[in-house]
Amino acid sequence: MIQITDVHKKFGRNEVLKGLDLSIGTGGIIAVLGPNGSGKTTLIKSILGMVLMDRGKISVMNKSVKTHWDYRKEINYLPQIANFPGNLKVKELMEMIMDLRQKPANSTELIQRFGLVPHLDKKLSNLSGGTKQKVNLVLAFMFDSPLIILDEPTTGLDPAALIQLKKLLEGERDKGKTILISSHILRFVEEMADEIVYLLEGKIYFQGPIKALKEKTGQNDFEHAIAAIAPKEDHA
Amino acid sequence: MLKILKYSFYDLMRSRWSYVYFAFYLILGFVLLFLNNDVPKAVITLMNIIIVLVPLIGTIFGVMYYYNSKEFTELLLAQPIRRSTIFMGQYLGVGLSLTLSLVLGLGIPFLLYGLLRSNAIWDFSLLLITGSFLTLIFVALAFNIAASNENKIKGFGYAVLLWLFLAVIYDGIFLLTLILFDSYPLDTFALIGSMLNPIDLSRTLILLKLDISALLGYTGAIFKQFFGTNLGLFISMAVLVLWTLIPVMLLKYKTQRKDF
Repeated sequence: MIQITDVHKKFGRNEVLKGLDLSIGTGGIIAVLGPNGSGKTTLIKSILGMVLMDRGKISVMNKSVKTHWDYRKEINYLPQIANFPGNLKVKELMEMIMDLRQKPANSTELIQRFGLVPHLDKKLSNLSGGTKQKVNLVLAFMFDSPLIILDEPTTGLDPAALIQLKKLLEGERDKGKTILISSHILRFVEEMADEIVYLLEGKIYFQGPIKALKEKTGQNDFEHAIAAIAPKEDHA
Repeated sequence: MLKILKYSFYDLMRSRWSYVYFAFYLILGFVLLFLNNDVPKAVITLMNIIIVLVPLIGTIFGVMYYYNSKEFTELLLAQPIRRSTIFMGQYLGVGLSLTLSLVLGLGIPFLLYGLLRSNAIWDFSLLLITGSFLTLIFVALAFNIAASNENKIKGFGYAVLLWLFLAVIYDGIFLLTLILFDSYPLDTFALIGSMLNPIDLSRTLILLKLDISALLGYTGAIFKQFFGTNLGLFISMAVLVLWTLIPVMLLKYKTQRKDF
């Protein structure tokens, strides 16, 4: 599904990705983990073509990110910070994105699932952070695309919405979709992910199922296994 | 691109400031015409206002819109849309809605006054054309400045400085050089100098069209010779088009190579 070879990216002097190689197959939930500033968002934005890499190659469904733009038709993306044009209403925003993508969407079911019906006619600037995140989730899931990329999807969600999100993710996984999630919430990751990718200092430190990680580190607890994977000097 | 243009335009049309801008021109037009009762004089007064105000409003609106729509832009960038489409759409959305405010705001009072029956129609059209060009030019320049500065305050500062330079400081330097070197033949220099600044170029074009070039003295005669002809008009228009196209191309180049 996604092939990443030797990707480098610098922001000024700060080298964020240092020769990153990653291959992600089709189907399943893949969690991208790593400490703050390890390059998770940069990696995701590089896949989407929002951040332009300095060196290397990324291809999504055999289309190079650099030369094509229409591969984004196959991607649904949930940005980390849910910020939208403030003077639009929720309904208008959804209609606009549908109009721009020209793809069938099942927004009604998702709007009900996240309880957004009473908010549809409100302006986006008047919504709370959690409600904005729900709108964000509806936008990310309303199209039927084979690849779904979620950057910190749990931010600001209440428990009921979190349960709905998990159900939604399971449903999409059962449809054979590839779901890439970056998250800090280890319990969420442990529950949902089929495979984890651990990023540290711009490189992949570990890729594989959670079970393999536990075996490799000799830890039974997921949190401890994650802590044990990183070199010791990072945990001073 | 038309879709992005549509939404940007729609977004701006809902903002209060577009109406304030429109209403300002509307009132200005009515006051000048019905209190003055003299179309050529009204056109001159309008020119003096437009030449300074249009670039300023274009600059400020352009910078503000770019920074305010940052989130919207990021949302669009993740959609299957070309980058150039997104930014050109937004640019045209801002540029055209400002142009519309200007043309309608001034056009309506002039039409009501009976402009079509007066001789000033060409002078007035030229005023609107140069005003539209100035809007498009300064919005493009403002977008460029905003796209190269992540820091809003800095971007805003640079944009206002650019306006100040082209609207005021440039003239000062220009005048100073004319005085310093007045023992040399300066005709060509003066011509080129006024071509290089879109504000000066617009002012010269309108002044000469209004047949008050006598005010400009000897140089005015040379200017009249050049700008007064069809060739001069054509070249001036071409320069205004270049002034629009170059920043637009630059914006396209810049956004193509930017991380979001």
